[in-house]
Amino acid sequence: MTWAAIVVSSLGCYLLKLSGLSVPVRWLEAPLVQRISALLPIALLAALAAVQTVATGTHLVLDARVVGVGAAIVALLLRAPFLVVVGVAAVVTAGVRAFS
Amino acid sequence: MSSAAPWAAQRAQIMRTSLGVGVATGAYGLSYGALGTAAGLSVVQTCALSVLMFSGGSQFALIGVLGGGGSAVSGSASAMLLGARNALYGARLAPVLGVRGVRRAVGAQLVVDESTAVALRYEPEGVPAARLGFWATGLAIFVLWNLSTLIGAVLGNAIGDPRDYGLDAAAPAAFLALLAPRLHGRSAWLTAVAGAAVAVAAVPLVPAGVPVLVAALVPVVAVLASRSKAAS
Repeated sequence: MTWAAIVVSSLGCYLLKLSGLSVPVRWLEAPLVQRISALLPIALLAALAAVQTVATGTHLVLDARVVGVGAAIVALLLRAPFLVVVGVAAVVTAGVRAFS
Repeated sequence: MSSAAPWAAQRAQIMRTSLGVGVATGAYGLSYGALGTAAGLSVVQTCALSVLMFSGGSQFALIGVLGGGGSAVSGSASAMLLGARNALYGARLAPVLGVRGVRRAVGAQLVVDESTAVALRYEPEGVPAARLGFWATGLAIFVLWNLSTLIGAVLGNAIGDPRDYGLDAAAPAAFLALLAPRLHGRSAWLTAVAGAAVAVAAVPLVPAGVPVLVAALVPVVAVLASRSKAAS
C-alpha cells in the first residue's frame, strides 16, 4: 500500500509539473497574460519568503526565523552578496535559538 | 549584475547562487530522510520518494499522513495538492526554457520552488541566464536532496535538526535576495507587499502549499482591475 501511494502520488506530482511546462507558448503571448506573467514572479517570491518566515504547517508562528530574515533584509540593504544574505539569516537564526 | 556584464562573470555568479540554493535546500533532505524512516517507510521507500516525487513539500506531506496513520489515498491527495503550484511554475517557465521532447520530460522533474525562483531572478538578464539558473539550481538540488535523503534515512535522528543550524531561515532569505533586484517602481512593490500579505493571511485557512497559489491571484486581479478601469 505504501508503494502504491509512493508511485501514484509521484506520478501525479510529475504530471502536474509536465502539464505546466507543456502549456502552448502562444497561449502565453496574449498581452494580458504577458502583463500578468511579468508581475507573477514578484508575487510568488514575496509569498514564498513571507510564508516560510512565519508559517509552520497551517499555523502562523513568530520565532527565531523572523529575526534571522530581518537580519537578511539588513544585509540586502547593505548590498551584501547572495550567499552572505543567506548565511546571515542562518547564523542569526541559529544564534537566537541557541541563546533563547 | 547588469546585462552588460561579460557572460563568464555572469555565469560564475549564477552558478554560485544555484549552488548556494542547492546546499541550503539539500540540507533539508537530512531531516526528510530521518522523518521518512521514523514514519515507518523503509530506507528504499524514503529514497524512492526523493527521486520520483522530488518536491520537498509534497514528500513531507505524504510521509506525515502515512506516519500519522492516515490512508494512502489522503496522503497522495495532500501530496498532489501541494504539487499543484509546480504546474503554475511550469507554465511560467515554459516560454523561458523552450524545451521539447526529452529535455522537457527531464526538465519537468526539476520544476520546484527554488529552480523557478532562480530562473525568474535571472530572466531580466536574458534567456541564457534564466536557463542556466534553472538547470544549475534544479540539478544541484536534485543531487544534494537525494544524497542527503539517503544519509538522513540511514542515520536517522543522529544528525540533529536542521533548524538548530538556522537553515529554516535560509530559504526565505534566499527568496528575498532573489526578489530584491525586481523591486523597482510602485507596481512591483505593491505586488510584493500584496502577494506576501495575501499568502500569510491564507496560511491558517488553506492546506500548506496553497497560500503561494492564492498569492498568484494578486497580479491577475491587479492587471484585470487596471484594464477594467482603463476601459470605463
